[in-house]
Amino acid sequence: MINLTIDNQQVRVEEGASVLEASRKLGIDIPTLCYLKGLNEPASCRVCVVRVQGRPTFDAACVLPAEEGMVVHTNTPEVLAARKQILELFLSDHPFECLTCERSLNCELQRLAKRYGIRDPYPGGERNRFRIDDLSPSVVREPDKCVRCRRCVAVCEEFITADIYRMNDRSFQAVVGPAFNGSLTETPCIYCGQCITVCPTAALREKDSSALVWEALADPKRHVVVQTAPAIRSSISEEFGFPVGTPVEGQMVAALRRLGFDRVFDDCFGADVCVMEEATEFMERLKKGGPFPQFTSCCPSWVLFCEKFYPQMVDNLSDVKSPQQIFGALAKTYYARQAGLDPAQIFVVSVMPCVSKKYELLRPEMKASGVQDVDAELSTREFVQMLHQAGLDLKKLPKEKFDSPMGSASGAGILFGATGGVLEAALRTVYEWLSGKPLKRLEFEEVRSREFKEALINAGDHELRVAVARGTGAARRLLDQVLEGKKDYHFVEVMACPGGCVGGGGQPIYTETSDWNEQVSHRVKRAAGLFELDRSKECRKSHENAAVLKLYEDYLGRPGGQLARKLLHSHHIRRKLYAGESLASKA
Amino acid sequence: MNDVVESLDELVARIKPEERHLLFCGGVPCLSMGCRKVREAVLRELKEHNLTGKVKVLEAGCIGNCKLGPTLIVYPEGVIYRKINEENAREIVREHILGGKLLEHLLYRDDSTSEVRHRREDMPFYRGQKRLVLRNCGVIPPDIDAYMSNQGYAALAKVLTELTPEDVIEQVSRSGLRGRGGGGFPTGRKWQAARAAEGTEKYVICNGDEGDPGAFMDRSIMEGDPHSVLEGLTLAGYAVGAGQGYIYVRAEYPLAVRRLETAIGEARKACLLGDDILKQGFSFDVEIRVGAGAFVCGEETALISSVEGTRGDPHPRPPYPAEKGVWGSPTVINNVETLANIPPIILNGADWFGAVGTEKSKGTKVFALAGKVKHSGLVEVPMGTTLREVIFDIAGGVADNRRFKAAQTGGPSGGCLSEEHLDLPLDYESLREAGSIIGSGGLIVMDEDTCMVDVARFFSNFNYQESCGKCTTCRIGTRRMLEILEKITSGEGGEADLDRLESLAGLIKSASLCGLGRTAPTPVLSTLRHFRAEYLAHIRDKRCPAGVCPGLARHAILEERCRVCGICRNVCPVGAVIKEDKSYRIDPDKCVDCARCAQECPFGAIRGRKRKEQAKA
Repeated sequence: MINLTIDNQQVRVEEGASVLEASRKLGIDIPTLCYLKGLNEPASCRVCVVRVQGRPTFDAACVLPAEEGMVVHTNTPEVLAARKQILELFLSDHPFECLTCERSLNCELQRLAKRYGIRDPYPGGERNRFRIDDLSPSVVREPDKCVRCRRCVAVCEEFITADIYRMNDRSFQAVVGPAFNGSLTETPCIYCGQCITVCPTAALREKDSSALVWEALADPKRHVVVQTAPAIRSSISEEFGFPVGTPVEGQMVAALRRLGFDRVFDDCFGADVCVMEEATEFMERLKKGGPFPQFTSCCPSWVLFCEKFYPQMVDNLSDVKSPQQIFGALAKTYYARQAGLDPAQIFVVSVMPCVSKKYELLRPEMKASGVQDVDAELSTREFVQMLHQAGLDLKKLPKEKFDSPMGSASGAGILFGATGGVLEAALRTVYEWLSGKPLKRLEFEEVRSREFKEALINAGDHELRVAVARGTGAARRLLDQVLEGKKDYHFVEVMACPGGCVGGGGQPIYTETSDWNEQVSHRVKRAAGLFELDRSKECRKSHENAAVLKLYEDYLGRPGGQLARKLLHSHHIRRKLYAGESLASKA
Repeated sequence: MNDVVESLDELVARIKPEERHLLFCGGVPCLSMGCRKVREAVLRELKEHNLTGKVKVLEAGCIGNCKLGPTLIVYPEGVIYRKINEENAREIVREHILGGKLLEHLLYRDDSTSEVRHRREDMPFYRGQKRLVLRNCGVIPPDIDAYMSNQGYAALAKVLTELTPEDVIEQVSRSGLRGRGGGGFPTGRKWQAARAAEGTEKYVICNGDEGDPGAFMDRSIMEGDPHSVLEGLTLAGYAVGAGQGYIYVRAEYPLAVRRLETAIGEARKACLLGDDILKQGFSFDVEIRVGAGAFVCGEETALISSVEGTRGDPHPRPPYPAEKGVWGSPTVINNVETLANIPPIILNGADWFGAVGTEKSKGTKVFALAGKVKHSGLVEVPMGTTLREVIFDIAGGVADNRRFKAAQTGGPSGGCLSEEHLDLPLDYESLREAGSIIGSGGLIVMDEDTCMVDVARFFSNFNYQESCGKCTTCRIGTRRMLEILEKITSGEGGEADLDRLESLAGLIKSASLCGLGRTAPTPVLSTLRHFRAEYLAHIRDKRCPAGVCPGLARHAILEERCRVCGICRNVCPVGAVIKEDKSYRIDPDKCVDCARCAQECPFGAIRGRKRKEQAKA
């Protein structure tokens, strides 16, 4: 243990603790901006400067190790003046667009400016003007708002391992971006949007689709249907004052109806269909003897990651589409026929915790119905914004039910929103099909993981080795071991984002912590609501979902059958890392 | 004097051609002045007289006095010929080598007395120097044979056979040697820390990323005496327990890279590098890493990033490289000049080294003299030598008999000293107290025609452009500082700008991440401290006293230069030039600063001419 004095108070901390941690132990909140403990500690923003007695210059508290006998001052006029000056420098190279900025009131720079009472911005001075990169279908980059914290660099390099961001240029013009400050479309970006969730300002944000949706809703000739992803129902709640992870499925349905959607459906229905198809594919692979492992394919960022970084493995990806695309294809065929509508007349909106889905719906092969299957995607953030615009408060809305026929889901379908959930949902079905026995214990605790986990499951005569990789970085490590022959699995679930969809790139941005692990735990808490919903469901297995069975009976035939293959399956492409293709322009 | 000359003449006459060898200065300035062509001419002439191979022709490193190049020294008498061309070269072969006669017109003459100085050691430029680090530069060719015949690798042999690593560290610590790259950190302590640090792999790095404009001592050593650097690095490796060394050289020094590569090859062949050096059980190898020319890579943590192959971004310290450096292993980073000091310390002992210099700053320091001095070049003097001795005794004083105004020491992140500091001893402490630094040893002399605000602007611009852009204070702060300086030099500055400049400079100095940011405001802070009146003249009087700043240059006639020809009065469009008794005078109230007079004056007698130069540029 180390003893030190901070602002005349004694504190004892573990060896290796930083001065910042020691101060926070005393309840002194030294401000930070670039720092995200455990992920990004470049000590570059300098707003955490403190004065250590006997040292010639200020020190960055975030990375300064506490030392025995150290005497630290964190709030002297000198230190406060320095912090203020640093913030003034930041603002002098920042657009004063707070009133119209997407991150207003949830911006870490703005918060610091308010906290330090910056009243007289720096007079004059050149400001950087960079081109906005909005060529990608998912992520908009506005470097003028970049504070050079490099969190996006760190999350992309360490967690996602697509590693597309770096510092460009030097001096005043130094800015974070892809190589040569080019467009994301020229990089191996997988559009997961994790960079958005760690960005302290609006330098990174999603491509806004809400205008498109408002327009469709107002068009009387359009029949607008909406599907809601599993993770949405437990993550929008925190934006309306509920505790994190509170499931608000009913209120969400009511809100969507009030926004004017003609039908409010559940994407978990699509997830159940997805399980049917994926389990069938798995059974076939078992029969044929491979190729194993079978990778899940419901996360478009993961699929793109595999296509770009492991093109030799694309045959291992399940060729079943994601629930979003399954739903879209069925909405414009199965539902259209039932409702007597022309597919072109239907406008399918999905509400997802994701920005990658914006890219996925534009993939040229996603036109099973003859037209684009899904027309627009709203991230959680855009959806919340629309509710605010419409004056809808979830706390004041009644609980309502999804419309049929695509509104009822099993508990398994709901699990798709959490890491390990897809695998668990699939296993519930696969187990029964293999062993012929109903699964007694429904929860595969072995695979509800936080990072990277594997389990051995005995189903009938089969011993199944399964694994879950949380994050494409974990997937990369797993894949490398598979390729080296060190690991051998039957079924592997991969989600690009931390915690799965609950931690998706389209989710509410949590800025209350400067600790990466705490941020991830916050996201993971949203999954609790999903597990709760799963447990509360009478039907917890996809193959027992009556609506799904009816779909196969009335329309599709058997899982993996001809029509199912046409509508619900896709193919994967071996891509080059730097193809230079612009998906937006192709669409 | 006559005695010497007579005996030298006799000596020259007595020596047979075959007993002679010729040494060219092979420094980059001499090369760019065509010394290779001169050398070829000499070789051709020797061939004509059937002396090929009999008279050895060698190329050494830089001899230091760049204003004399190309230079040729005839040994054994040691007569130096300066500013020679191909024709002169042939003359030297015919008259001196064959004829045994000195060529008076090619010899160096003293600035003031015009007396001939035949040998280097007779010239004031060299007489005042003490060359420990530059001992071999310009004296021997940069190859291993020459180095070894001058005690080369004797220190390594001694260490490997007689001394433990602890002994070596003790010697270096006791010698009082401090880092020559700028920080002045005790070298022995650095080595001790790395030796004590935990880690199986350790590294030593030679920092040859000399980035200060105008400084070239490291380059001269790497080019002129690469083996001393290699030996020093190997000794460092032995002391800290490293098996691998890197020499980080900037890509702008291709000759240094080439010579180091050759030297590494030679040393490996001679069993002085590689596995089991001199069969004493110590293995050590060296690799060259070529940097892409970013100033910040001279900062040790940025250098480490660059050695590892990533962008040269600095990192917070602690952890210091001695604990966690390259690839996370304990690493010692020493500057070229520091390492070149090591072999003589080991050979001659700590006391020998400690006898040179001041109490806290031991040994010598090489300065790169530039600016308005008569003799620019490399000067190695004992620590504690005064600025006056260096500028006036060694370098011959201010050029063109102008008045001394300031000396800028320590490169772009160093500070400016004024006339009152002329008797300041050049050592770490004295310079720091005066608001400057020794830095890597840049020394730029400025005369009365220099505007100190403009100097601050110039260096601030350099620091701004070389900022890596990582931390806020340096990235945005240096930009803002430059903007204020530009405002002041263009006559737009107000007193509030001065306050802002001062507080900004203070912030950047105390809150930046690395050494570059922390020293970037030094030019501003030191000029504010020693030349504040000049800032005030720019701000309050809207006047640039030196007549440099384009927006403020009021035209004035310099009486001592004016020949009263009247051209200025004829060309002045507003009738601002008034005839006085002995010269003309410009009426500042009428003058519109059009600069016509300055452009037309055939005698350069009108101050404000900088405006013309700038307008052309």
